Amino acid sequence: MYAVMDGNEAAAYVAFRVNEVIAIYPITPSSNMGEWCDEWAAKGYKNIWGITPTVVEMQSEAGAAGTVHGALQAGALTTTFTAAQGLLLKIPNMFKIAGELTPTVFNISARALATHALSIFGDHSDVMAARMTGFGMMASSSVQEVMDLELIAYASSLESRIPMIQFFDGFRTSHEENKIVVVPDDVMREMMPDELIKAHRLRALNPERPVIRGTAQNPDVFFQNRETVNRFYAACPEIVQKTMDKFATFTGRQYHLFDYFGHPEAERVIVIMASGGETAEETVKYLVKNYDERVGVIRVRLYRPFSIKHFIDAIPSSVKAIAVLDRTKEPGAPGEPLYLDVVDAFYEYFSNGNTKFAQFPKIVGGRYGLASKEFTPAMVKAVFDNLKLDKPKNHFTIGIIDDVTFTSLEYDPNFSIEPENVVRAMFYGLAADGTVGANKNSVKIIGENTDLYAQGYYVYDSRKAGTLTVSHLRFGPEPIRAPYLISKANFLACHQTVFIEKYHMLHNLVPEGTFLINAPFEGEELWNFFPLSVQKQILDKNLKVYYVDAQKVAEESGMGRRINTIMQVCFFALSGILPREQAIEAIKESIVRTYGKKGDEIVRMNIQAVESTLENLKELYVPQKITATRDVWPPVPDNAPEFVKKVEGEIIAGRGDYLPVSVFPVDGTWPTATTQYEKRNIALEIPVWDEKICIQCGKCAFVCPHATIRIKVFDPKYLENAPSTFKYTDARDKEFAGMKYSIQVAPEDCTGCAVCVEVCPARDKTNPKHKALDMYPQLPLREQEKINWDFFLSLPDIDRRRIKVTNIRQQQIQRPLFEFSGACTGCGETPYVKLLSQLFGDRLLIANATGCSSIYGGNLPTTPFAVDENGRGPTWSNSLFEDNAEFGFGFRLAIDKQKEIAVNLLKGLASQVGEVLVEEIINARQKTEPEIYEQRERVAALIEKLKEIDTPEAKKLSTIADYLVKKSVWVVGGDGWAYDIGYGGLDHVVAMGKDVNLLVLDTEVYSNTGGQSSKATPLGAVAKFAANGKPAFKKDLGWMVMSYKNVYVATVAFGAKDEHTLKAFLEAEAYEGPSVIIAYSHCIAHGIDMTQPLKQHKLAVDSGQWILYRYNPELAAEGKNPLIIDSKEPNVDVAQYMDSEIRFRMLAHSNYELANYLKEMERKYVVERYKLYKHLSEMSYDEFSIAGKK
Amino acid sequence: MDLKTKYLGLTLKSPLVASASPLTEDLKGIQKLEDAGASAVVLPSIFEEQIRAEQLNLFYHTTQGTYAYAESLTYFPEMKEYRFASEQYLELIRKAKEKVNIPIIASLNGATLGGWIEFAKKIEQAGADALEMNIYFIPTDLDLSGNDIENTYIEIVKSVKSNVNIPIAVKLSPFFSNFANMAKRIVEAGANALVLFNRFYQPDVDLENLEVKPSITLSTSHANRLPMRWIAILKHKLNCDFAATSGIHTSDDVVKMLLVGANVTMLCSALLKNGVFYLLQLERELIEWMVEHEYSSVQEMIGVMSREKASNPNVYERAQYVRAITSYKF
Repeated sequence: MYAVMDGNEAAAYVAFRVNEVIAIYPITPSSNMGEWCDEWAAKGYKNIWGITPTVVEMQSEAGAAGTVHGALQAGALTTTFTAAQGLLLKIPNMFKIAGELTPTVFNISARALATHALSIFGDHSDVMAARMTGFGMMASSSVQEVMDLELIAYASSLESRIPMIQFFDGFRTSHEENKIVVVPDDVMREMMPDELIKAHRLRALNPERPVIRGTAQNPDVFFQNRETVNRFYAACPEIVQKTMDKFATFTGRQYHLFDYFGHPEAERVIVIMASGGETAEETVKYLVKNYDERVGVIRVRLYRPFSIKHFIDAIPSSVKAIAVLDRTKEPGAPGEPLYLDVVDAFYEYFSNGNTKFAQFPKIVGGRYGLASKEFTPAMVKAVFDNLKLDKPKNHFTIGIIDDVTFTSLEYDPNFSIEPENVVRAMFYGLAADGTVGANKNSVKIIGENTDLYAQGYYVYDSRKAGTLTVSHLRFGPEPIRAPYLISKANFLACHQTVFIEKYHMLHNLVPEGTFLINAPFEGEELWNFFPLSVQKQILDKNLKVYYVDAQKVAEESGMGRRINTIMQVCFFALSGILPREQAIEAIKESIVRTYGKKGDEIVRMNIQAVESTLENLKELYVPQKITATRDVWPPVPDNAPEFVKKVEGEIIAGRGDYLPVSVFPVDGTWPTATTQYEKRNIALEIPVWDEKICIQCGKCAFVCPHATIRIKVFDPKYLENAPSTFKYTDARDKEFAGMKYSIQVAPEDCTGCAVCVEVCPARDKTNPKHKALDMYPQLPLREQEKINWDFFLSLPDIDRRRIKVTNIRQQQIQRPLFEFSGACTGCGETPYVKLLSQLFGDRLLIANATGCSSIYGGNLPTTPFAVDENGRGPTWSNSLFEDNAEFGFGFRLAIDKQKEIAVNLLKGLASQVGEVLVEEIINARQKTEPEIYEQRERVAALIEKLKEIDTPEAKKLSTIADYLVKKSVWVVGGDGWAYDIGYGGLDHVVAMGKDVNLLVLDTEVYSNTGGQSSKATPLGAVAKFAANGKPAFKKDLGWMVMSYKNVYVATVAFGAKDEHTLKAFLEAEAYEGPSVIIAYSHCIAHGIDMTQPLKQHKLAVDSGQWILYRYNPELAAEGKNPLIIDSKEPNVDVAQYMDSEIRFRMLAHSNYELANYLKEMERKYVVERYKLYKHLSEMSYDEFSIAGKK
Repeated sequence: MDLKTKYLGLTLKSPLVASASPLTEDLKGIQKLEDAGASAVVLPSIFEEQIRAEQLNLFYHTTQGTYAYAESLTYFPEMKEYRFASEQYLELIRKAKEKVNIPIIASLNGATLGGWIEFAKKIEQAGADALEMNIYFIPTDLDLSGNDIENTYIEIVKSVKSNVNIPIAVKLSPFFSNFANMAKRIVEAGANALVLFNRFYQPDVDLENLEVKPSITLSTSHANRLPMRWIAILKHKLNCDFAATSGIHTSDDVVKMLLVGANVTMLCSALLKNGVFYLLQLERELIEWMVEHEYSSVQEMIGVMSREKASNPNVYERAQYVRAITSYKF
């Protein structure tokens, strides 16, 4: 049976069928394997023995590994999935599992480990870091191999007792869709013999036949005991080969531990693992066939245990030069791991006097493809060309330009082996238009309904809102083995008109290729719309140009912005892969299959769109002359700093691949404040301010997720050069009497979420439909508002000391130092981060847990943390997911220590600096903005004085004098971090009593990895890994932390009570001990209307689902009850809140009775919980209270 | 005492029917109503736009933001099946039929011709004893004539009638130029009963936020005068059953409605306010009234105060000026 699936699904397909217990935890790009298993288990699917595996999500990968270890020890067939840091967390257990000779397979979609930066993309640094664990390691190169080798891995592991890592390239294989042959269940049964399973079970811990495993051993015996496993490792390769042979008898697909492909008398050979092997093999095929080159490739399937015998046997005796390619980097090593293994294999072979080869071949090693860097046939050819040299370059890199240590090999990017009979299509789409979904359908339609083979791979944006997706689809009569992006497309579609103005894309098309664009223009108007280079390429390459007004067709069919089906029909009509009628029928069938269960309405709309498309598809008569006067937009404006232009601008333009090593910082340090140069222009509509009815409440700026709506209060004298359309009015607050007030939108940075309009309370009394903020189309306003925005920025910020920060209408005048991030449109987390940046930004250190906030906070190309007019601003770093509280705690220790040193030095220099100044500095109260300002002034004076003192102490003090000004340490992360993986650290850090503030952005799911359940997920909510609804109540983190007594705790929801949020932030920061703020963060993963998210906050609070409170230990120290409940008793049925979000409603769609039951439980719970809190808040405190004592 | 009545071809043990309300939205509620003595239940209306909007909503919210960023390609698991409110509704009918003995009347709400009408068929297949059509919409189009609206209503009734074999009742609003004519046409189009009247939820104005807000208020006895009048007028002119709804709170209200010609009285606000076991009280008081007034069966009572039979029928026609006219003497 053929099916189209991606690598993750193929892995999960086998894993689910041959296991009984599956322990999971989300991490990109492996999360989908767990998601598939959870979903199948929720649906009651069975494994090959007719039982549904138990799928459990743990609190971390370490937890999952522990569970796997335990389940294996207790006799179940058990598996897990992970990648990158997740694998690192599993390593301790892996040593144990292997040391105890326990059969299992860990499925790894191999991913880069975070070093100078995090990357979610694929390479082998994670699996290489685990190669000492004693696990066997099998590498799969393609989706088909993932399915095949995984079964082989399970079967071999059962027999050999060596646990296995089965890895494949993250994204490239895990996310590539390809047509494969599915391994039938009966083959799986044959491969997993009962007697081996029985043997596994008999080894299990069982009180009926008790043993002890996991003893502690002393120097006398540990060593020799450790050597007992040798024979198992020695036997393993033969067992694997035997299993491969057995598999071949059932399926016809024969694998070897090392598969050689190429010229029988090859002189130059590449050794490589995983998907790069496909590229190498296809290139070898091409070079041998077309040029009779004596080249070949060894594809390593079983990397550990490494069988020198099998390896040497696989290599042709004619070999003279070998290049070993590693997709990892081991700095400081004499070479990368596979290279060293190959060198050693030859050394041992020759040392033993063997004579297969006439001479010891030249062996060089090289690195390729780190973090999914493209690895193409052109690069393979360059590696072979290197081997032709007398002295081939060793320790080379391929695929980059290394102009610092000159490791890189040059390659000809125009070298291509793409066969003529393959249709190669590229689609530039907007995430929201459904392009990827339609392309996935096309791959399925062709792959599963015709004899053709199909491949789909999708490249996504580094931003979460308004993003570009590029789909790469191949269709052909032979299996598609091309794990690299298309660069010579014969069909290219631009699904959003504006993209042709923003991105260079036609260079990807071959001459005479077909270009399709969705545009509202026709004929000459369309031609004139094309930028210069687009027109030029159309003429130079003689491209055929087609257009369709897909937006119009979509709107007429009721599909809004989703133009995917329309563009899909056009693709089929123009590409000719299938006869037109057949294609249309196939699309319709696919629509019914895809959307049928989601309702007739969706099917009807899509079918209607299909039927109206072709009459709107037209060919453009291409005028044979250039008419354009402008080109594709520059990636960053002219005023951008040099680094931004040279590096970040190139990344924005899609030319990051061509940046050489020399332009990059060496230690992961990048400048902040660069999102301001990335003008994304993604809003269709932007807010327009009516100064006449505005009440200057500041709420719009508060809720804005991207800091694109700003407020300034300024002296009228600055208006002299104001643009004519710049709006302002008299400032209303008496403190600002005589000053002007302006609210300005950044038109090119606004994402058009409209949350500011939702919150705006000011209506026109004569026309209530009109508010002080209304949304209007961006395009007609863009130029005018750009000028106004620039002018607005030129106005000076008001002296921060004049701002009453306890009051939002004034506090929001503070300049945000977190702006234009890549967060989702309408994001519920970023307003909190922005608030932090406004309040404390100029002295703020952020330790950020991995997750959404680290992605919108630190994902290239540009960074959102900004600086004020003095150049001060938040400084930010991300360590890991699991250690964020500890990481931030480290900040605090370092700051305190440096302050302590500074104070000591200061005291010693008191006579020279001046006793008064020293006393003032040391004893300064630094709780309010003016107090901190004054301290800054004192420290500035100190630094001036120190310049005049020529002693080592003075010099030392001047480098750390900054620490005399209060620093604000904030540990920021999501609920996945705080409730689950990082809870242990969070718990410990708050217990330490230091002045660290923790901000938990609680979206109640792992948002960044796609909405998996966390312990913050509320009862009854459907999430990934909780497909049947979360069966447990939300963990009450605040309650747990409060039990320490000396921790400031607040739960906030800015959409319900913004002033309360502000108060909590101020109190938390002012409290000189640990503080935890748990912030309700609406999220796209809740399934809500993201243009009106604030009403969800209100409902959550009014229903008691989310209680607002502050627990301030300082009150207890004063003899008062430290707990203040800031929300009223529940006055809305919590079911109303639950019914308003898809995450809860989904359960009703699948299990109405359960949904109702859980709703009933939640009803009782919220009332009970509120009572409990209320009771606690009403207890009397007296001088005996221990709260507040640090 | 014989409390039996006939409605939509069904013999009901009493004229006390629970009309569509949150009380009838799940099996537990329906069972409770049966225990309390309801002779039939009308399930809450399933709305034309609800059937459509629910699907669109689910689709929109499960696809928004998907396939945008490589780490979070989707945000929700794919369910094995999606049972929409419409399917849950059918499931409720099936379960109710299985678990309770009183008739189950389904209710379908819409105002345009469309695929949703086929849903009536599914309701029948699920086992509903009858179907109540709740047809209304608020016309805001200045160019839409009353005639067009009326014709659409008639078409809907005909269309539903041609799709199902179970009896259908039509719940109407009184807002037609000639309600009597409209009622006649509806009956001619196939309605077996008229349910009078539909009580619209009227929106309210939020004075603080200057927003219009939906507002749900419970009825009072006062609201029953309008249906009372029209049932009386139409009772012997149209060959159909009548259900009185709106403002039936006390046993006196029940008695009055039966007397003017209602075959059944439908209760909603009274039960929401007093609890479902208020039905027992109503039944007891109805019996007391019947004993006191020497009626031995409900059948005897129905329609004795209709326009045809009442001693002063013109009051039904000129209620507003009746005092002025009758008090004038030459």
